[in-house]
Amino acid sequence: MPEFVLTVARFGFLVLLWIFVFTVVGVIRRDLFAGTRSKSLVAAPRGVGGAVMPGRPAKAKRGKAARQLVVTAGQLAGTRITLGEAHITIGRAEDSTLVITDDYASARHARLVPRDGQWFVEDLGSTNGTYLDRGKVSGPTPVPLGVPIRIGRTSLELRP
Amino acid sequence: MSRIPGVKTRRNAELGLLGFAMVLVAIYGATVEANQLDSISPSFWVPAALLSVLFFCLHLVVRFTAPYADPVLIPAVALINGLGVGFLRRLDIARALARDEPVPGIFAGTGGRQLAWTLASLILAAVLLVVVRDHKSVSRYAYTLGLIGIVLVMIPAVLPSSISEVNGAKLWIRIGSFSIQPGEFAKLALVSFFAYYLVRKREVLSLASRRFLGVDFPRGRDLGPVVTVWLLSLLVLVFEKDLGTALLYFGLFVVTLYVATERASWLIIGLLLFFGGVYLAYVLGASVGGPFANFYDRAEVWLDPFDSDQYERIGGSYQLVQSLLGLGTGGLFGTGPGAGSPLLVPEVRTDFIFAGMGEEIGLFGLTTLLVVYLLIVERGLRAAIGVRDSFGKLVAGGLAFTLGLQVFVIVGGISGLIPLTGQTTPFLSAGGSSLMANWLLIAMLLRISDAARRPASGGPAERSAGPKQPPAQLHGAMTEVIKP
Repeated sequence: MPEFVLTVARFGFLVLLWIFVFTVVGVIRRDLFAGTRSKSLVAAPRGVGGAVMPGRPAKAKRGKAARQLVVTAGQLAGTRITLGEAHITIGRAEDSTLVITDDYASARHARLVPRDGQWFVEDLGSTNGTYLDRGKVSGPTPVPLGVPIRIGRTSLELRP
Repeated sequence: MSRIPGVKTRRNAELGLLGFAMVLVAIYGATVEANQLDSISPSFWVPAALLSVLFFCLHLVVRFTAPYADPVLIPAVALINGLGVGFLRRLDIARALARDEPVPGIFAGTGGRQLAWTLASLILAAVLLVVVRDHKSVSRYAYTLGLIGIVLVMIPAVLPSSISEVNGAKLWIRIGSFSIQPGEFAKLALVSFFAYYLVRKREVLSLASRRFLGVDFPRGRDLGPVVTVWLLSLLVLVFEKDLGTALLYFGLFVVTLYVATERASWLIIGLLLFFGGVYLAYVLGASVGGPFANFYDRAEVWLDPFDSDQYERIGGSYQLVQSLLGLGTGGLFGTGPGAGSPLLVPEVRTDFIFAGMGEEIGLFGLTTLLVVYLLIVERGLRAAIGVRDSFGKLVAGGLAFTLGLQVFVIVGGISGLIPLTGQTTPFLSAGGSSLMANWLLIAMLLRISDAARRPASGGPAERSAGPKQPPAQLHGAMTEVIKP
């Protein structure tokens, strides 16, 4: 083996190792932003929800559709749930979508239900109540983006 | 398993990265042969190809059982595992050349055995992914797992030294030429148990009694669990004579406790207890000897490895000095794969594999390996943040931390940062127990990251129902509430 080939192999291997590391970082980086914004880089103008999600009735009147439910305070702070079509149950029961271990939460505390692109919060007869911002939730209440839903010590928000 | 359109699973990214990792393993194998044999044999690609097939099978299992799992974990671990196999084969070739024997086949020697162990580990990981469809179900067996963990930790301590002792540390069960390290598997069981226990007790454990220097300290009577685990770790240090293992179990508990309660005071208490215990063991080792003597020796070697008395002594600093000299010879860019002389370092196949590789790929290459470990740990912690239940959070956080701590303990040991302990380098060292246990750990992280990244949905039936579904209907499929 000529010395030249060995040197190229030696340094080439090291360079490739670093390229691998940066590729992995790239995948993680793309992953970080996946789901936090729509596929198009430029956000759709307010009210044009249909352009982002074709095939869905554009009845949402409050601008962009919610794509994520983010826990902003409490023991699960930082958790993000990507919203689909299904409703989300919140409570201490272990089959809830969001399991809260909080003394002030009931087993089946509240749920979030999508209807025509708008999410509604509904209290399921909890002991300590569900609050949307400051007001107590008594019936299905539409949830605007960025307004905290409070359950015990936990706060949740819808994000685009 | 059906997927929701519009949400990316990133499985193709995983496959691409996996291919890249395997190309790197093949190039490593070729460079090793070029340097050692002065020619590249026509079958140099066979180990990399075999590994590719194995990892591809695991990739398929993940595609079907955990489609939303983290895309980075498998390729990152596959790279380290593959380079480990390549390096062990490189040692086999070096040993054969030194003895004027023919070059060993691909399935012979330590490298071949490591290939077989990889196969076994991947089968175990796939079985775990298939059997455990929901990580929360593990919490039902938490007490059983806790008991199994403690038994596994204690087995080598009670066995006679002739069966369990290797190089002064009693961590093994040796039957003939076959040996396993039960402590490696105990980690997994203990993490699950600690997580379950702390989810239930954390309200109490996060009560603060008094503030001191700006930190809330817990009540005296709540110190029970942490002191118990501390005593158990000290017993491990005394009877199994291994600092690394003791540090691993204790660190694991303290960090899970910290994650569960969000109180930094537990970290302070943990560190104080640990350093106090280690110092006590050192002083006792100097004055009494007996069970503490091994740790005292290791600490002395660490304090001054280049002392000539230490260097000449049997079981002294010879090994550590060779490791440091090897790393020094490698320098920034290394001697090139296959061009160093790693056989000068005793135990280069297991504990000192990082030093052996460091000589050949240099600081530049070692850093990539460390960064890859860091990324694996980061993905584990990311899964812990993302998952929606406390048990999953603590298990993922604990497992990721265990992996990180283990890398720290062994790399710190071989580079002289902390006293050396007999830990394996995860996925790199020769040895089936370590490889299997760590692949099981990765399988569990894959399972939890799948739960963390899966879009919210009640179940497959609900997904197909579409947007017009009447909201009045509650979770129909699952009504069982798990309350042990």
